[in-house]
Amino acid sequence: MAGERVLPDGVTARRAVEAVWRIESARIVATLTRFTGDFALAEDIAQEALAEALASWPRAGVPANPGAWLVAVGKRRAIDGWRRDAARDVRYAALARELGEADAAAAASSTPPWDPDAIDDDVLRLVFIACHPVLSREASIALTLRTVAGLSTEAIARAFLVPVATVQQRIVRAKKTLSAAAVPFEVPPRDEYPARLSAVLSVVYLIFNEGYAAASGAEWMRADLAREALRLGRVLAELVPREPEAHGLVALMEFLVARFPARLSAAGEPVLLADQDRSRWDRMLIARGRAALARADSLGRGRGAYGLQAAIAECHDVAPSVGETDWGRIVVLYEALGRIAPSPVVELNRAVAVSQAEGLATALRIVDSLAASGSLAGYGLLPSVRGELLTRLGRTDEARAEFEKAIALTSNEREHAVLVAKVRAL
Amino acid sequence: MTTYMLIMRTADEAAANQAIAEAGLDFEKMIETMGRYNEELLAAGVLVSCEGLDDPSTGAVVDFGSTPPVVTDGPYGETKELFNGYWIVDVADKAEAVAWASKAPLGPGVQIEIRRVPSIDEFPLDNEYIVREKQWRTDLLRRQADKAEGK
Repeated sequence: MAGERVLPDGVTARRAVEAVWRIESARIVATLTRFTGDFALAEDIAQEALAEALASWPRAGVPANPGAWLVAVGKRRAIDGWRRDAARDVRYAALARELGEADAAAAASSTPPWDPDAIDDDVLRLVFIACHPVLSREASIALTLRTVAGLSTEAIARAFLVPVATVQQRIVRAKKTLSAAAVPFEVPPRDEYPARLSAVLSVVYLIFNEGYAAASGAEWMRADLAREALRLGRVLAELVPREPEAHGLVALMEFLVARFPARLSAAGEPVLLADQDRSRWDRMLIARGRAALARADSLGRGRGAYGLQAAIAECHDVAPSVGETDWGRIVVLYEALGRIAPSPVVELNRAVAVSQAEGLATALRIVDSLAASGSLAGYGLLPSVRGELLTRLGRTDEARAEFEKAIALTSNEREHAVLVAKVRAL
Repeated sequence: MTTYMLIMRTADEAAANQAIAEAGLDFEKMIETMGRYNEELLAAGVLVSCEGLDDPSTGAVVDFGSTPPVVTDGPYGETKELFNGYWIVDVADKAEAVAWASKAPLGPGVQIEIRRVPSIDEFPLDNEYIVREKQWRTDLLRRQADKAEGK
């Protein structure tokens, strides 16, 4: 048929629809939210439009302008809904007139039905709704992945290793919560903006960590999740180009994803940073990370917690080996991070860097004072790091006692095996 | 993620020129529509690089059909297809590369060919030249990053 596409080999109709959806979903949901004034409804009718595409495109072909097609179907669904709802007759009549012939023509032609600049603002509003503080973190994660990243409920469920029904429930409940709280479709006012932006960044970072921390064994799907977060971060940074922490977060994720090709051994076992084959690190992503960090710095507002963590990751990523790493710089960066985001875990990491840069005795003093403070009680990495320092100082008996404490605290089999091996090697 | 090159080429120059004339597109308008498309790729986090090429009359062709090769000025002799530019995109899979290519603001007479760009890791890593290529690619990217940071 004229104006419709035949698919190349290896691309099924379903994949073609999904690919279009990934590209267009945020704009479609944002456009429909503006049209209906109701995010929950917009999300529903966008999903209905997607279902219609899945049913019709395999038969009829992909339309010339798939985004416009989906928006037009969504609007029609909204109007059908209003038509059924007698209480909204007046509103329906007004909107139906507005939609009229013009919209049908827009859907048929190749002209996008949206103004790219206005739609970017609407996509940003969408991000702020999906990450609104009235929602639980799980709900924000599910909503963001579905509406902004365009992932299916099934894909989200696979990525988080939970049943599809659980993700569906989270989304339904989240939409009810947003409706009940009458959350407006807006970019937050100035006084709320920093806290709301930081909530958005933390949702992206949570998605990333879920994929990053789990990127082991056969669970490659979760590395995909980390890449998805990276992509969300890149989109977000373009929506708020004047925000240094958005670029800082992107830089951090680029630097960490760059190491993925070296994080697993041929046997599928996780490989520690010190033992990774650095020639396998993705140089393109490292270059992108450095560009993102440079962009954050160019805004001249200093580095936040993400920017500093990115700078630490950069030190590792540009070093040819552990020995040639600029540990002195890493110590300084951890000190700065400890000042703006004080945390015993940051302090422990600083101690590890200090052990490389300044010496074991200084590092041990930091770890001892952490242990004395009791703030990391029950955290296995503390005795593990202490044991490591004591081993290198030749204090074998004390080191053994620390490793045994660490063994008692870990429930992870792999960690357990590593610690047992360390005790044996003493 | 997978890297693809979207290669833009004019397969039928007459049709392409006619489409431009019919659409009444001036040069500024073309820059604007193409600019929007490029920015959309950038905003979606998929654009790696892109370049457009100057008119073939400013170039030359080296034809290896004979020894020594024959060099001619300007457009390809009998070939109708003109390679006009490319995008390199980092996307989930071929379906997404196709979806992006399909969004390009192009008309009749123009084609986009989609080709996967293999990673250097797919070549035999014990080959001396592949080992060296990994190194110079690293150096090249580092120099670019340094330049971007103004070092």
